[in-house]
Amino acid sequence: MAKNPEEEHPVKAFGWAARDSSGVLSPFHFSRRENGDDDVTVKIFYCGVCHSDLHVAKNEWGFTNYPIVPGHEIVGIVTKVGKQVQKFRVGDKVGVGVLVGSCKSCEGCQQDLENYCPQLVFTYNSIDCDGTKTYGGYSDVIVVHQRYVLRFPDNLPSDAGAPLLCAGITVYSPMKYYGMTEPGKHLGVAGLGGLGHVAVKFGKAFGLKVTVISGSQSKEVEAINRLGADSFLVTSDPAKMKAAIGTMDFIIDTISAVHPLLPLLSLLRLNGKLVTVGLPNKPLELPIFPLVLGRKLIGGSDAGGMKETQEMLDFCAKNNITADIELIKMDEINKAMERLAKSDVRYRFVIDVGNSLSHP
Amino acid sequence: MEKNSPETEHPVKAFGWAARDTSGVLSPFIFSRRAAGDNDVMFRVLYCGICHSDLHSIKNEWGFSTYPLVPGHEIVGVVTEVGSKVKKFKVGDRVGVGGLVGSCHSCDNCINNLESYCPTYVLTYGATYYDGTTTYGGYSDIMVASEHFVVRMPDNLPLDAAAPLLCAGITVYSPLKYFGLDKPGVHVGVVGLGGLGHVAVKFAKAFGAKVTVISTSPNKKDEAIQRLGADSFLVSHDPDQMQAAMGTMDGIIDTVSAFHPLQPLLGLVKTNGKLIMVGAPDKPLELPVFSIIMGRKMIAGSGGGGMKEMQEMIDFAAEHNITADIEVIPMDYVNTAMERLVKADVRYRFVIDIANTLKAAKN
Repeated sequence: MAKNPEEEHPVKAFGWAARDSSGVLSPFHFSRRENGDDDVTVKIFYCGVCHSDLHVAKNEWGFTNYPIVPGHEIVGIVTKVGKQVQKFRVGDKVGVGVLVGSCKSCEGCQQDLENYCPQLVFTYNSIDCDGTKTYGGYSDVIVVHQRYVLRFPDNLPSDAGAPLLCAGITVYSPMKYYGMTEPGKHLGVAGLGGLGHVAVKFGKAFGLKVTVISGSQSKEVEAINRLGADSFLVTSDPAKMKAAIGTMDFIIDTISAVHPLLPLLSLLRLNGKLVTVGLPNKPLELPIFPLVLGRKLIGGSDAGGMKETQEMLDFCAKNNITADIELIKMDEINKAMERLAKSDVRYRFVIDVGNSLSHP
Repeated sequence: MEKNSPETEHPVKAFGWAARDTSGVLSPFIFSRRAAGDNDVMFRVLYCGICHSDLHSIKNEWGFSTYPLVPGHEIVGVVTEVGSKVKKFKVGDRVGVGGLVGSCHSCDNCINNLESYCPTYVLTYGATYYDGTTTYGGYSDIMVASEHFVVRMPDNLPLDAAAPLLCAGITVYSPLKYFGLDKPGVHVGVVGLGGLGHVAVKFAKAFGAKVTVISTSPNKKDEAIQRLGADSFLVSHDPDQMQAAMGTMDGIIDTVSAFHPLQPLLGLVKTNGKLIMVGAPDKPLELPVFSIIMGRKMIAGSGGGGMKEMQEMIDFAAEHNITADIEVIPMDYVNTAMERLVKADVRYRFVIDIANTLKAAKN
């Protein structure tokens, strides 16, 4: 018989969980495993609110196993390390992202691509190796195998740096893999939200010309003046879209709603690549002619491996890249989720867990 | 001023078969070809392959056909005249022409030997040439083309069985190379065992790949394995077979031009695997985004190939004795052939015996 969440492990934990597909979050007592030889215990200070948290809280992808504690953009400090842990000491500032486990032996794991391991364990809503459910970072403490813990650079602010652990790696990894790091090339970023705004920053840091592609004019001034984009394209302006046909080498598509691909594909030049990182819950329409006539490709990408995530954090520290955030208290989370559903945030909510998650 | 009729617009008499309307029914058609200019090669057509594109075009399934339309872009024959500036060919040479007869020669794509991606390319049929006249394809007795778009057909390749290489061949050869599926030991899937598919199997085997054919027709299994040399065969609607093959392929060449689900095919490729579309469905397919995000997979398209690569492909085929499996037909069988092609009832390309049967059809 399944133990109740409070009793299945020896270390008390407290967080906020969604109990059903309304997605409404509320206080939740549960427990974490004892810190094993390879484990690191992290007292959580901040946790970013990723759009995936919303999708899963409302069971929009169909595989939520309630109750769930979301959150996979976690920053905190180490309070305990296991005997075999070399890389971390008590007091270190660390991060935990989207994974907390993998098989460690498949091709993916051996190539530092744990994110493509067929047996990967997500930070929340997954089953861990001991058969228990994983709970995420909307909580006070987390215990993680050292392989999946990241050193968080000192000069990166913990709150504004937290979203890098998912949003950051989710765009950094494909930008590197699909060759979007050649200075002078032209990158389009479709969707200016949590992922999109970080993609603009990375694009500029890589020396690319960056155009933001958006459904509305409202974000233009921000995009250009604050984020540093070179230009802004509104998809509902036919003349501007026509003028931009065949001008882009790459597009990062961060849009998680169903949307037409044909206009985006037309913006690519020959051999152009559209990489989709948003996760719509229904299939998109895929017109084949533009792919065939222009040898274009559509690729997917799913977060990144641990080595690459560390590399990304270090890159951000060196280039002073953080997310643009709105800090919220734990008990403001439901309002934040409602606003997130309407994309009403510039550009990531981050929960001040350390200062606002209080036991009732 | 009234436009010249097809018969009179050029000085050289020509005869072929054309479709007149969206019924797609072909019938005898008298027209004319330009005189061979300084850079042109004129040749007597011996054979012309029937590509599924011909069928799509004569029925205006893609929406841009103009009538009358003489299809055919897998054309082989013997040179009868060359222009004064032609260097590569002489009278008597065996030559071929594929899907293109013109491009701008100055854009980035043309400069990089990627004429099939030139934004102002000229298709062998149904397009407008630089002199403003319509291009007519290879279901005809003679052909005139700029030297740049003519390839040499090596002596050891039988012309009839080699004709389909000029479209089917390049259409699969180019992406096999570009997407890195030409390395020994890679595992390549081929979806659809028709004109394109069967040639893809042959090229992939010649590159040293392991090849799995994925098909909806179980009855093609023996052919695929015994005759074409595929290593294995998957029936796409058999869930057990498909499940067992999940995550085993480096890439898939998808030749199917009808609407079909992509999710099962994406499941077959490994992490970082590639699904390459060379069939051209006229309606959009469905992209299950999860299936490419999980596993960092890609869907790409590929459209023909440039002229340098065409010649390279033909020479490769000659070296490895690769030709298409064909059914040679007389010109006046073409409408029946088209009906059979709709039902994929051909192993695996019809080729019209122009030299021996076109004149007879005229009379």
